[in-house]
Amino acid sequence: MELLCPAGSLPALKMAIDCGADAVYIGLKDDTNARHFAGLNFNDKKIVKGAQYVKDHYKKLHIAINTFAHPGHEIRWRNAVDKCVDLGADVAIIADIATLDYAANKYPELELHLSVQASATNSAAIDFYQKNFNIKRVVLPRVLSIQQVKQLSRNTNIALEVFAFGSLCIMAEGRCYLSSYFTGESPNTVGACSPAKFVRWLETDNGLESRLNNILIDSYQSHEKTGYPTLCKGRYNVGGKLYHVIEEPTSLNTLSILPELMQANICSVKIEGRQRSVAYVEQITQVWRAAIDAYQASPAQYKVLDAWTSMLDNVSEGNQTTLGAYHRKWQ
Amino acid sequence: MKLSLGPVLYYWPEKSIMDFYDQALSSTADIIYLGETVCSKRRELKTRDWIELAKSLSQQGKEVVLSSLALLEAPSEIKILQQLCDNGELSVEANDVGAIQLLHEKKVPFTCGPAINCYNASVLKLFMNKGMQRWVMPVELSRDWLQQIVFDCQALGIRDQFEIEVFAHGFMPLAYSARCFTARSENKAKDDCELCCIKYPQGRATTTQEDQQVFILNGIQTQSGYCYNLINDLPSMQGLVDILRISPSSVQAFKILENFRKELQGEHTQYPHAHYECNGFWHKIAGLESVN
Repeated sequence: MELLCPAGSLPALKMAIDCGADAVYIGLKDDTNARHFAGLNFNDKKIVKGAQYVKDHYKKLHIAINTFAHPGHEIRWRNAVDKCVDLGADVAIIADIATLDYAANKYPELELHLSVQASATNSAAIDFYQKNFNIKRVVLPRVLSIQQVKQLSRNTNIALEVFAFGSLCIMAEGRCYLSSYFTGESPNTVGACSPAKFVRWLETDNGLESRLNNILIDSYQSHEKTGYPTLCKGRYNVGGKLYHVIEEPTSLNTLSILPELMQANICSVKIEGRQRSVAYVEQITQVWRAAIDAYQASPAQYKVLDAWTSMLDNVSEGNQTTLGAYHRKWQ
Repeated sequence: MKLSLGPVLYYWPEKSIMDFYDQALSSTADIIYLGETVCSKRRELKTRDWIELAKSLSQQGKEVVLSSLALLEAPSEIKILQQLCDNGELSVEANDVGAIQLLHEKKVPFTCGPAINCYNASVLKLFMNKGMQRWVMPVELSRDWLQQIVFDCQALGIRDQFEIEVFAHGFMPLAYSARCFTARSENKAKDDCELCCIKYPQGRATTTQEDQQVFILNGIQTQSGYCYNLINDLPSMQGLVDILRISPSSVQAFKILENFRKELQGEHTQYPHAHYECNGFWHKIAGLESVN
């Protein structure tokens, strides 16, 4: 099983490789990338250095081209694919059908993985991408239960990658327009959800308010932990009740079902967080490397160590984690 | 421009559905979409009932399209999809790429629904080669975006080979989840939801701590809190849009349909937006904004 770690910068990339990642995924510094945040990602110079570092350590480099090509500007998405090939990257992770079509026709040798943003949740959809673009792997959306993941694994012959840790997107990825509904900018169109430039924090008589494009996401009393105002993690009212209507601020953590993922033939576990710090990348890579190695050394003895859990809790949103949709009860 | 009635997105009792489509038959809607698009547990009408209803409306002279589920996870849901694709008569609205695959294999012409990520003309061309006859633009896209796509389609020589439909009125489907938010709002597990969506024929309103209505919860679907209304934007659709979709929340949809019809026939009534209405997406700004 491959450990696939996020890198939003060259230091993060080096840290992931040094701490035992089998592969890293990165993105370009433009809107072809669904983590298109200020101060993040790789310019032309850095990406060459990054690719070399990965190669020197005999690891793999995946490049995420995971937004949807804007009409009239398809050239940017095509250039991203060209760059991927020029760099000698091992894999292009693509969401847009037009971009897949371009890559599959122009570079039949380039290994294509279907981005989670394409939201392929069933065997018929996987079939479509496999038959049309010869994709080699699907990154599964975080809406499937472990039973559904197992079923898919039995019913398809394609390699499956799952999200194992990190921020929890609760909607079928790539099919959520909540961010553009609030701000005019969405992951699909500009490569960011609840973009930071719309965030405001205000100290008021009611407590500390977080706002996104002036819409009140949450209001915190002094004893409460604050979180980034991702709009689906706010506290809203339904039927006279105030609560986290969609989702609490929490992170996905699948360490406890690693054996099941292994047995379901999942080929790769992906860690979310290209927007996170180098320290985050260091900790999650170390923990997941240790966990995978422990399982492979002795499957029967595998158990989640307290030290791993506390390290992961420290870097989790709201300092708490969940199995998310993998666990039916959460649904 | 033609007018369509989108599929009913909520869970209504069988009688309400039958009454609604009785009225739809005598309405001026040119196209009727119907079927369960949100949750496969909703079975007031089973798949074969939907197909029968669709065929009966079609025999009485309406153009009818069977709409398919947007989020397909379980093999049982693929079977439902297969049943729709095998109806032998009517075209299908594909709301997942998996549906496009099946429809292409079975050579059934289809509409590419608004829940499919189709953002440019190259994708439209590829879908057309698979049997697409009509495209419903994703709700988050603007007039500018559409104009560029139409321009690109003209350059590719495909513009006259499919129709373009725009979601023009109603609460917009904005997201699909593993989690059922209606069940969650009643403190029920999704597995044991008691089909509680049926209690909320127009979904459950969600407001901020300042009482701004931000979402409508509809099972696993999250809708816009404001009602999208493009009735004042019809002049800017000339030459771009072939069909306008009215997404029903109640029988009020027939009144809205009539208002749109009158506008298309040349009346120019200004409909000032109510505080719960919006049209931002069309104007390339936040969806919940309103431009009068």
